[in-house]
Order: sequence, then structure tokens, then C-alpha cells
Amino acid sequence: MEFMFDKEKNKEKIERFRQIIQDHKETKGALMPVLQGAQEIFGYLPAEMLQLISEELDIPLSEIYGVATFYSQFSFIPKGENIISICLGTACYVKGAQDILEDFEKLLGIKAGQTTGDMKFSISSTRCIGDCSMAPVVTVNEDIYPRLKKEQVKEIILKYGGEIK
Amino acid sequence: MITMEMLEKIRKEHRPILEERLLKEGKVIIKGNEIVLKGDYYKKQYRIALKNCGIINPGDIRDYIAMDGYAALANILRDKQPKEVIDDMKASNLRGRGGAGFPTGRKWEESFKKSSDKKYFICNADEGDPGAFMDRSILENDPHAVLEGMAIGGYAVGSDQGFIYVRAEYPTAVASLEKAIAEAKEYGLLGENILGTGFNFDIELRLGSGAFVCGEGTALMESIEGKRGMPRKKPPRTSHVGLWQKPTILNNVETLANVPVIMNRGVEWFRSIGTERSPGTKVFALVGKVVNAGLVEVPMGTSLREIIYDIGGGVQDGKVLKAVQTGGPSGGCIPASLIETPVDFESLDKIGSIMGSGGMVVMDENTCMVDIARFFLEFTVDESCGKCTPCRIGNKRMLEILTSMTDGTAEEREISELKELAEIIEDTSLCGLGQTSPNPVLSTMRYFYEEYEAHVLDRICPSGVCKSLLKYNILDNCIGCRKCAKVCPTSCISGKVKEVHVIDQDRCIKCGACYDACPSEAITIG
Repeated sequence: MEFMFDKEKNKEKIERFRQIIQDHKETKGALMPVLQGAQEIFGYLPAEMLQLISEELDIPLSEIYGVATFYSQFSFIPKGENIISICLGTACYVKGAQDILEDFEKLLGIKAGQTTGDMKFSISSTRCIGDCSMAPVVTVNEDIYPRLKKEQVKEIILKYGGEIK
Repeated sequence: MITMEMLEKIRKEHRPILEERLLKEGKVIIKGNEIVLKGDYYKKQYRIALKNCGIINPGDIRDYIAMDGYAALANILRDKQPKEVIDDMKASNLRGRGGAGFPTGRKWEESFKKSSDKKYFICNADEGDPGAFMDRSILENDPHAVLEGMAIGGYAVGSDQGFIYVRAEYPTAVASLEKAIAEAKEYGLLGENILGTGFNFDIELRLGSGAFVCGEGTALMESIEGKRGMPRKKPPRTSHVGLWQKPTILNNVETLANVPVIMNRGVEWFRSIGTERSPGTKVFALVGKVVNAGLVEVPMGTSLREIIYDIGGGVQDGKVLKAVQTGGPSGGCIPASLIETPVDFESLDKIGSIMGSGGMVVMDENTCMVDIARFFLEFTVDESCGKCTPCRIGNKRMLEILTSMTDGTAEEREISELKELAEIIEDTSLCGLGQTSPNPVLSTMRYFYEEYEAHVLDRICPSGVCKSLLKYNILDNCIGCRKCAKVCPTSCISGKVKEVHVIDQDRCIKCGACYDACPSEAITIG
């Protein structure tokens, strides 16, 4: 799926991001904090912004891609409105998180790492968010669902305005 | 900015305020100078790294000061030479709590001896082990302990610049650290001319971006430099040539939280806790199929039984303990028969596991050891940086074999091939991630070999976990209610009302829907 980056619509965000680049220009090892800033502001790394980083920090675009593709937090496609993260750390896995992940995938019709066509949901599997005593744990945006049961999967999707496929 | 006298004054004034608040909340016991949390869960614990967690308000530096915070730093800056601090550290024999257990004092000395115009001191807060969250707890609940530990370390090795490399997945920890750093700077406990002694030490936060390999020292430094987090070849050690080619110390969060307490209470006191070769305490993240899951801090040498049963309350739902996994993807599975093993660096190493960062996952009879090995390998393959061949390709091959085992398509020779691969990868990988990645396989093969045989030779999963190897059967006590047939997504269950039903095994996808739907327990998994 193609996602277009609208420069006009994102004008304000681009300005904020330019400021982040300026703030870090003199920092040693500025690339990581700058990429993190872009990910936070835009929700992903638009190609246009990577070009901007390349010019401003004087780092070849190829090197920026090399770094950005290495870390799992960076995404090159926009994330959906609601991000469902299923923790697959050991404690959660032992308590059946894999089944829960598969349920979400089945009900939303997308795989982990993907975004639904209507941009409403993204599913991601995460490695240990450090809530092991509450396993299995699922987070939706900032909300935490501890000790999740399979029966709750449908409820959660409905709660965030989803339709069950 | 405050002076040493003012620091003491704040301590004296704020302590009664803190105590009063705590007593009102009713969650602590105050005995003389000690404040400990109430409750059975804490009774058998000995808290050093976690001593302030749950007691102080992490957002108020005065709370930390009231608990003797920054006293160690002040005393050291006033009375001790860097060399003396290092000698104390060596004498305490505090060993790194992040994984390998390297003596902290010896590490500091390496960097201290190396002359350089600039030295760095890094706190490794990239806790990526699935199943461990002690660092997160310390960062969120007692951030100043880490800052003070770093400042003491910085003074000892001659560094004026610290970094905390913390996971972006821990937003609360990041916020807590940001606040603590700002407050410490405001009080003059970090930054220029600390407590008016002329010592400068600044701390900057750097966020990790979700790469497990960045827990490896050299990879972490590459990442701070703005590159891919790929490990470097050692030697030279990072204490000689580290971040931006300068001598760099890297200590884990829990290690650093121990430092101020050791300096306050003395080396002798610290050595009296734990065992001869592993003094002090260790925080474990006790999770999995255990009744009371949570963080547990106990003296080194405490047995697994005491941790799991006396503190953790035993296995959930009255089930039987099968194994305990320690050390995360770098560690191993310890069978229930070795439950009396004392937990310290040497004892765990002897039985083929490691302490690691302190993850302790309790597993019951419903856990398949082949599947667990596969789970960890999947993790390693995902997280391998790909720089060296044994790790990049070898682990992938191991995962393929393990997957075929859990799928029921493995051949007999693959059991020995798996072992051979594991041993080669262990010997030839570049960094700690690769060198330890075969541990889950080797330890499960050592203690649960019969499960591997069952998967490969008999094509059954004794724990009933591996779906492809399961078979659902309907017994004669079927009442013929048709409930199972109605929920079956492939319509592979046939049979008339009030007659015993039959599952067509060729079409069954082993989803278990029929098993859940059956009201008379007539469906078995075998």
C-alpha cells in the first residue's frame, strides 16, 4: 500500500522537526535522537524527512537508511490510529500471548507489523515491556491490558471503534 | 547549589517528614535507621538495590536525600582519592549485575589506569531480556541511586561525562530520569563543581531504539555514536578504547544502585551478605507460572526453592514444577530436580545456566521444553545484528531444526546436528549474544533429552503444546450434543444427534474449538 506524505498538511510538524534537528546539530552522535524525534512527531519516518536529515546533518542518505532499518522502533509506513502491541516476552509467551496475537490478526485481517486499510489499527508484537508479573500483557496506545484473556480480544477491538471481520 | 552542610541539613529536616508520611500510609516498618516494606512477601527478602523502591517519591530529591542519598558521594568527594574508591570497590567484590558478573572494581581500575583527555561513564539501562524488569523498577522508583552511583564511578575513574542508554520502550523510566537529572543539577549534585568540591560530572540521556544486541557493551557504544548497533571485536576492552575511542566504563543499572549503599555502609558489611565469591544480593524478576510474581531481592546463594516456594508461593494452580528458566535468551532451563541449587554466579554456571540480568521464569508441566528452546531461538534470530556468520546463519539453521521438531517433520539425525551446531556457534560467535544464544538449546537437551526424542522419534509433544503433534479424539462418553460440530471451523466433525461423534483427523486444524465447547469432557488431547 502506498502512503503519500503531504507537505502542506504537515507544515507545522515539519517546522517542529526542523527545530529538533537544529537542537541536535552540535551533539555528537546526533542521528539517533533526530530519527527518534521524527518517529515521534510523524509516527513514522517519511522519505522526505530522511532527505532533510541527510542535508542538515551532512550524512549520506544510504547511511541513514542503514541505521534506521536496523532498529525495530523505526517504521517506514505510517502507523494506524490505534496501535495494538502484544508482548511476546517469555513470561507472556508462557502464558499464551501467541494465541492472543493470532486472535487479533484473525479478527482484524492483518498480520503483525501491518496497518489496516482504513488506518484504524496497527498490530505489532513487542519484546518484553517489563510488566512480566501481569502476563500476558497487551497495550493499545497508552492503555495497558494486563492478564488478558482470549475472550477480551473482541471487546478491545470494538472498544477502539473497530469492526470484526 | 548546595554545600555539604546544607545537604546534611536537608537530610535531618526531611527524614521526619518522610517517616511521618510513610507511617500514615501504613506500608512500612521503621526500625531505628532502617525503613522496610511490610508484608510476608518482603519478610524473606534483603533489599539493597531496591531499598528505596516503593518507599520514596522518585520525583522528590529530598526523599532520596533523607534515605542517606548523596551522602556517599559527598563523603567520597571530601575524604577520598579516586584510587581509594577503586580499592574499596575491588575489596567489596561487587560483580556486575547485568549478565556476566565481571568484578566492578577491576573494570573501574582498568579505565582509571588508562590516561586520556576524556573518559566516559555509561549506565546500561537497555534492559532487553524478556522476563526481566528490575532495572525498569529501579529507574522509575529510585533514579537518584543510579545517578549517584554513576557520579561516584565517574570520580573514581576520572570521567566528567556520563550517559544513560535507556530503552525507549520505558517512557516512565525516561521521564523519571529526566526529572531526577534536572533536580540533581539544580541542587548542584550533578554538573559543574559538585558540592563545591571542584568535581564536574554531567549525565546525558540517550534512548535505545529497540535492538536487543545494544545491551552488548560495544554495540551500545556504536549506537550512541549514531550508528547501527553492531558489536566490535574485543580486545581492546572498552575500558581502554570505548565510546569515541576513549576509555569507557559501562555498568548496569542494578550494579550502580548498589554502589552508594556499599560506600555508605562499608565493604565489610557488604561482604557479610551473600557468598564468598558472589557477595551481596541479586534482584530476580520472578515470573511465569508462579503464585506471587514480582521482583525479589535476596542474598546471593539463596536456593531456587526458597525463592520460588517461600517467597513466590509455589507453582500456580497447584501444578507441578517442571523447570526454571534463568538468564533469558542467554540462559538455560534448570530442571525441578535441581531446585536446591543456590543461586550465585558459580552454581548456575555449573549446571549450564547463568544468572544473566536476573529473569526467572517458572514453568509447569504444561510447558514444552522444545517449544521454549524454539521460542528463544526465534528471539535470537530476530535480534541478531548479522555481523558475524555463526550467529546470523547458524542460529537461523538451529531455528529451522527446532521448528521442524515442533512441526513433527524432523528427522532423527537432526537431534545430533542441532547439538553440533549449538556447540560451534557458542565457540565462534563475535559477541555475547551469539556466544550464549545456544544455551537454551544445550540446557534443554541436557535435562530434557527425552522430550526431543518424543518430538522427533514418536512425533508426540508430551506437554501437549506443539499443535501439529496434537490429536483431538472424541471418547465414548460423548453425549452427541453437536456443540463441537457447530464450532468446528473446518466442519470435520461428523455424527448424528445423541450418537458418538468422530473427528476426521486429516481435515482437523487442531484449533481446539471443539475441546473448549464440549460440555461433557468427552474430547481428549493426545
